[in-house]
Amino acid sequence: MNGKLLLITLAGRRAALPAAAVNSVIELSEVTPVPRTPVHIAGLSALRSRPLTVIDCAAALGLSAAEPDWRLQRAVVVEYEGHLYGLLVDAADDIIDAIDDPQPLGADPGPGWEAAALGRVETKAGSLLLLDIGALIAGPLQARAA
Amino acid sequence: MDDLLAEFVAETREMLAALSGEIVAWEADPTERARLDTIFRFVHTVKGNCGFFDFPRLEALSHAAEDALSDARAGRRVPDRRLVDTVLAVIDRIGAMIEEIERGEPLSEADDERLIAALRGELDDADLPLANSGGARSSFSAADQRTIRLPVELIDQVMSGVSEMVLARNDIARRLQMRGVETGIEAPFSRLSALITEVRDAITRTRMRRIEGLFATFPRLVRDLSAELGKQVFVEIENGEVELDREMIELIRDPLLHIIRNAVDHGIESPGERRAAGKREAGMLTVSARQTGNTIHIGIMDDGRGIDCDRLSQKAIAAGIITAERAAEMTRAEKIELMFEPGLSTANHVTAISGRGVGMDVVRSNIEKFGGSLEIESLPGEGTRLLICVPLTLSILPSLTVEACGQTFAIPRSYVEEIVSTAGGQLEFAQIGERRYVTFRGRRLACVSLGGTLGLEGGGSSALLFVILRLGWGELYALEVDRIFDHQELVIKPLSPGIMQSGLFVGCTQLDDGTPVLVLDVTAIGHGAGIPRELQRPAAVTASAPRPMREEREGLRVILFRSLCGERQAIAMNAVEQVERASADVVRNPGPDARIVLGGEILPLLGVAEGAELPERLTVLRLGDRGRSIVYAAREVIDISVLNGEIKPVKGRGAIAGIALIDGETAELIDCHALFAGHAPQRTQARPLTCRLVGEDAWLRSFLGPIIEAAGYRIVEGDEPADIAFVDGSDGLRTEGEARKAIRLSDRPREDDPDSIYRYDRSGLMAALVRAGEELAA
Repeated sequence: MNGKLLLITLAGRRAALPAAAVNSVIELSEVTPVPRTPVHIAGLSALRSRPLTVIDCAAALGLSAAEPDWRLQRAVVVEYEGHLYGLLVDAADDIIDAIDDPQPLGADPGPGWEAAALGRVETKAGSLLLLDIGALIAGPLQARAA
Repeated sequence: MDDLLAEFVAETREMLAALSGEIVAWEADPTERARLDTIFRFVHTVKGNCGFFDFPRLEALSHAAEDALSDARAGRRVPDRRLVDTVLAVIDRIGAMIEEIERGEPLSEADDERLIAALRGELDDADLPLANSGGARSSFSAADQRTIRLPVELIDQVMSGVSEMVLARNDIARRLQMRGVETGIEAPFSRLSALITEVRDAITRTRMRRIEGLFATFPRLVRDLSAELGKQVFVEIENGEVELDREMIELIRDPLLHIIRNAVDHGIESPGERRAAGKREAGMLTVSARQTGNTIHIGIMDDGRGIDCDRLSQKAIAAGIITAERAAEMTRAEKIELMFEPGLSTANHVTAISGRGVGMDVVRSNIEKFGGSLEIESLPGEGTRLLICVPLTLSILPSLTVEACGQTFAIPRSYVEEIVSTAGGQLEFAQIGERRYVTFRGRRLACVSLGGTLGLEGGGSSALLFVILRLGWGELYALEVDRIFDHQELVIKPLSPGIMQSGLFVGCTQLDDGTPVLVLDVTAIGHGAGIPRELQRPAAVTASAPRPMREEREGLRVILFRSLCGERQAIAMNAVEQVERASADVVRNPGPDARIVLGGEILPLLGVAEGAELPERLTVLRLGDRGRSIVYAAREVIDISVLNGEIKPVKGRGAIAGIALIDGETAELIDCHALFAGHAPQRTQARPLTCRLVGEDAWLRSFLGPIIEAAGYRIVEGDEPADIAFVDGSDGLRTEGEARKAIRLSDRPREDDPDSIYRYDRSGLMAALVRAGEELAA
């Protein structure tokens, strides 16, 4: 990997996403709810003329029980398998360099996190959990099955 | 090839494509003048164009065809079957020549002389050169020299760029509006805005083409096939205006042709078999297209013998595909699926038409290759229908936007049959278990609550608006929504797989302000609500198809309307001369003796109850019989229909002949005879009112006099007392003579003087006359 990481805060914990996959970080102005979809799909928004599927990352990890509020969150825009997604996170502050390649976790990061964990990366900001974008988008059921 | 020649080739090819359908129609009725003219114009144009170039053979051929058709047009020659066949052969030959010209090849040696001789009627039947489908077909497949090829990605990129421009433009427009002050850029902005719209339309069209171009070749294909097979097949094309990606049209061409060949060859029986089975001799093949979101549905339906499942399973057993035990357990649908097993065909013998070694398995896998699907349904003895669904990567979708529980959704317009509302109180409901049914045009339709289906909060079934949706094969249901916004042309974007999973949406789109809106999959919503796919089988349609046609001839064509009192009434269509709108102002004396001024005539107005409140605008049916007219008042016209059923007499209802069931609902049939009998001419009045014409002008006597007399008044001269006087005001006020009422005329329309009437305002004059009569009577 090229070593750039996006530092995010999710469900009260810091984590990292591979920065190369990230298009931008935006605040959403409008999210249209989509009925009858998995719990982690918060709705549909648009990035200019392209539809943006909004993913509630906490719900994707099976972490949040409370009603999510996308207004308070940031959306990390990624393109995954030809579609645009907005990954809702509590904060996305900084882009930092990975000091090393991701390492095996060594220990179980706890329920939820393990489903989307790619490994552990060392940075100047400390040890971070590297998350798998595909697993976040797939949501709780698919991630567990995988 | 020089430009002029390229132009000639392209033009001729376009005409050939357009002509394809005309030829078949002409063949059905060779005496039909309009078709004859179209085909004549074609050969005439070709001949004319040949003059610019050096194509003596093409010119000789088109000239001979022109002569023959010209004779037919002038009545010197009967346009018979022979002429039709020969002309078809000539047109095919022209198509072939055009291709050779385009390729820059010398024109091939062919039997042009024989064709020309046949055109002149110099050949025997046996020698007739036969038309074949080959020439016409290939003429469409050759590439147009004047086009350029572009990678699809590039067009996609331009397209998405333009979409962004539209959104940015809308954003600027909103901001400009919010400012509310003159900024001086309004005019240039609106020009830019119009340009963007233009560019968007153009770039959208670059990828899209009407499926018509493909469908137009089918009538000819079927005609040639059925002639070869000794069958009679009618082709019906529906919704050719659906637009489809050019690429996709090319991809579905071969599968469609194959399916149609199959249907004509194996599906539709010979006239003798059909007669024996109690069907019309001519088979019916229907090809239709429908668009929903990113999918185009193409249906091919025949009313032939259907698929013989037993033979299919026997063959499968023989071929070792399934075991006899398995076959015994299989449902009909599963057996039909066997069609798609490689190397299996129900045809006993290979024919020249469809036995080309390509099975349905290849057709299906070809369609699936580009992301489509093929489904098949068949009933023995009643027909087969195939549904091909192909994706549309990029498309403009005409849609209806609706609201349910505060959220906006779009419905592809091709599914929308009608919008009905309970507001008028005219809908009839039935509750069966938990399901509500609404009666629409005599059919009970299941109601499906959009909010309820989507699990939205507050999604009860109290909605007042219904969108009547027509699914692929004609079944209808009523979707309950809260509001209906607008018809819009929307650009459909694919949804991410996570959302597609729900199976309720086909895509999403953006409104002008950028808000994403989900496009509903109305088929899935209907089926999800348990609306069976087989509510209306093709068999039901075909079995009953010949009957309504006959009934239509026997039944009474009626106009259905709602009377002023809200009654559903029907009147024989041939009694109605005209349906128009009129304002309540022209109605005098509302009640049984009401009169209306219509087109400068005073006519009896019926259908107005004593003391009835008239709506501001009303619909009036003008009835005529031997030069006499009466007018019937209505609130609105509902429909035109056919009355076939029994008419139950009613007593004491004056001009009502009886009550009948029309489209499943009762309607009162107006007794036209009683209307005219009861309103014999107005001259039967005991004493006609008298009129005096006051003025020197000869116009009064020669122009005005006759129309006043025609309206039932008597003109008096001299000292005889008159009821009403017409005073020509142009030469000053004069004595009105002995008259109880005066109507003053002016020689120009006068806004300032409401009491005078312009002398050419016929309606005004008549209205004034009636008003004066009323005032006198009072």
